[in-house]
Amino acid sequence: MSRKTLTRRQFVAATAMSSAALITAPYVRGAYAAGKLSIGFWDHWVPGANSASTELVNQWAAKEKVEVSIDYITSNNKKIELTAAAEAQAKSGHDILQMPSWWPHAYSENLEPLNDVMEPLIKQNGEVNGTVKYLGQSGGKWLAVPATPGSQIKGPCSRIDLMKKYAGIDVQEMYPAGSPPKADNWTMETFLKAAEACQKGGFAFGIGLGETTDSVDTAGAIFQSFGADLVNAKGEVTVKTDAVRQALEYYKKLIAFLPPDAPSWDDASNNKWLISGRGALILNPPSAWAVAKRDAPQVAEQCWTHGFPAGPKGRFAPFLPYFWGVWSFGKNKEAAKSLLLHLSSPSSIEKFVAVSGGYDLPSFANMTKLKTWAEEGPPKGTLFHYPDPYKHQTLSIAASPAPPKIAQQIYSQATLTKLALRYARGETMEQALAWAEGECEGFMRS
Amino acid sequence: MADVVVQQGRVARTSGTRKRGSLRNALGHKSTVAFFLTLPLILLIVLLVLYPAFYSVYLATLNKAMTKFVGLGNFTFLFKRETFWMVVKQSCIFAITAVVFKALIGFIVAHFVHNIPGKKQRKWRGMLLVPWVIPPAMSTLAWLWLFDPSYSAFNYTLSFFGVGPIPWLGDTFWARFAVILVNVWYGAPFFLIMYLAALKSVPDQLYEAAAIDGANWWQRIWYVTLPMMRNIIAITTLFSLIVTFANFDIVRILTSGGPLDTTHLFATWAFQVGIQSSDIPLGACVSLFMVPILAVAAIFILRDVTKRGNEA
Repeated sequence: MSRKTLTRRQFVAATAMSSAALITAPYVRGAYAAGKLSIGFWDHWVPGANSASTELVNQWAAKEKVEVSIDYITSNNKKIELTAAAEAQAKSGHDILQMPSWWPHAYSENLEPLNDVMEPLIKQNGEVNGTVKYLGQSGGKWLAVPATPGSQIKGPCSRIDLMKKYAGIDVQEMYPAGSPPKADNWTMETFLKAAEACQKGGFAFGIGLGETTDSVDTAGAIFQSFGADLVNAKGEVTVKTDAVRQALEYYKKLIAFLPPDAPSWDDASNNKWLISGRGALILNPPSAWAVAKRDAPQVAEQCWTHGFPAGPKGRFAPFLPYFWGVWSFGKNKEAAKSLLLHLSSPSSIEKFVAVSGGYDLPSFANMTKLKTWAEEGPPKGTLFHYPDPYKHQTLSIAASPAPPKIAQQIYSQATLTKLALRYARGETMEQALAWAEGECEGFMRS
Repeated sequence: MADVVVQQGRVARTSGTRKRGSLRNALGHKSTVAFFLTLPLILLIVLLVLYPAFYSVYLATLNKAMTKFVGLGNFTFLFKRETFWMVVKQSCIFAITAVVFKALIGFIVAHFVHNIPGKKQRKWRGMLLVPWVIPPAMSTLAWLWLFDPSYSAFNYTLSFFGVGPIPWLGDTFWARFAVILVNVWYGAPFFLIMYLAALKSVPDQLYEAAAIDGANWWQRIWYVTLPMMRNIIAITTLFSLIVTFANFDIVRILTSGGPLDTTHLFATWAFQVGIQSSDIPLGACVSLFMVPILAVAAIFILRDVTKRGNEA
């Protein structure tokens, strides 16, 4: 077997020719010339809603010549949080990851600043609400972009017939479809009276007192409407204040009219309560109504989503935005930013809202009057006030305005609902407050 | 005998190269062969058990932002937390109560099954093992529906007798009862099968001798069965104690630690603190706290087993 040897001269000549050919050859833009992008999206509750994300991403990928891969990650059993924790720890993973409300701050050191994405988006779609700024910004730096899919307001979804019959409240008149709310009398006191009347009528309000987000969000909005913060914006513990005491007194009265098993409710319990026809009101995004449309149409056609009652310090509604973050260790950050701009364009937002049947909420001021919310039914207009089109309430998140890393502890450990439940179950006010103070002091770790 | 054969073979081939000879020499030892045979398992344990264990020790020494070494700071912080001591107490209540009931039920049912003759025994054994072979996450979901706050099948049944409704998962006592009950339901078959195997190994002659001596059923159990099963009981208890202490799925699915944190165990609280509250070092610290408690239990139980082994 003969073996041809390559001389040094031949090797140098071949290398030089190959290099020259590569340098002088015309640039050929291949199918995936702009590289690869991997995305972790939240797996939507609404059947078929993921298709909007897939279509929009594919549309962008074809135009930008990027090879994309999408993983839809369920939020069941904190799968998204686990994924985020693992990726942040391994410094490897998706380029874009959709994460729940508190996570941009939790992983702020690992996220790429997105001011160059948010600034044009705000110019294009209008200002974002205070909660989005609170959760998505740190020291003037945008940590993530508010995602339309999954973002939600957990306002009241009332039974038109039961509220009229037992509480004497016409929710459609109070929040008419197509026009501004006439809800000056919709206060915490009215709410309490209505809760009592409906409970006596056998249709108690379905408000959880458990440790999952629905229960915590409700507690947050009620506490905020009394001006009650456990920790203030400066990070000081403010548990033993008159505002907190007032909120607790109110909660104790309210708990007396809630289902006795409410302390063990999870995020599905209130939905079941409404769909089964046992309750006159729940505090939830329209997912319960959407399921009722399929499983209990007679209930769905009596549902009306509207604003939160006002307390002495204002009208607050729980708002839970999802965010799209770009890891600083991501491999294709420029492509990721370009995709985020595309996903937050007005036409993309409109598509997300339409495909999710009005469930998804954009965080931008100019995007709250889309036709989906006006047209969805039955009854027609049931979702009109869901996105708070007249900025009638302050969209907030429980435990704010405490610094986000402290607030996240208060939120995830359900300190507010536990505090209210402790007091309602017989602890003295001072005992309950002392417990909460101890908990909050423990959350100050850095 | 095998050793001698190998030795002879080695001596016969001393003229081979030094390298090959030393390899053969090494392989000639039973312990070396055993080591190589267990190497894959050792590597798996190092990779999946030892590395994560040491990594969690490392994590437990960092501050919340994971940027600074704080030594034992997280542990001292935990010792000052009221909830932590509540979790310690609850984990002990949960593990001890559940293991005692599992052992008791397993022991009684093992006796019943042992006394069933031939083919029928196989059927009963199979049926009684069902709870243990169903993935707990799945079976616990079924229990969740039975205990459902608003639509509990138990409460529905009890309502026919004018009892209830019982807040199965909303009241501290009942919530603890529920999680322990499900754990006992899931774990008792393990005790059953271990005890059944132990019962089968007790020689019949001992019972015959006891019967001749006029022993009643209680004396037979106390003086024959129990002493013969002691080691199995100890090892089964230790094994179950470890698994029960580290339980996560049952509590997570049924109560998520509620109401008011009164059903949290180390694992569920570690998850809440570490993952849900983004405080991974503190979560690692909570989960590591199981180690000394279980180590003490293991030392006592295994020491007893060794002692009895030596006596035997």
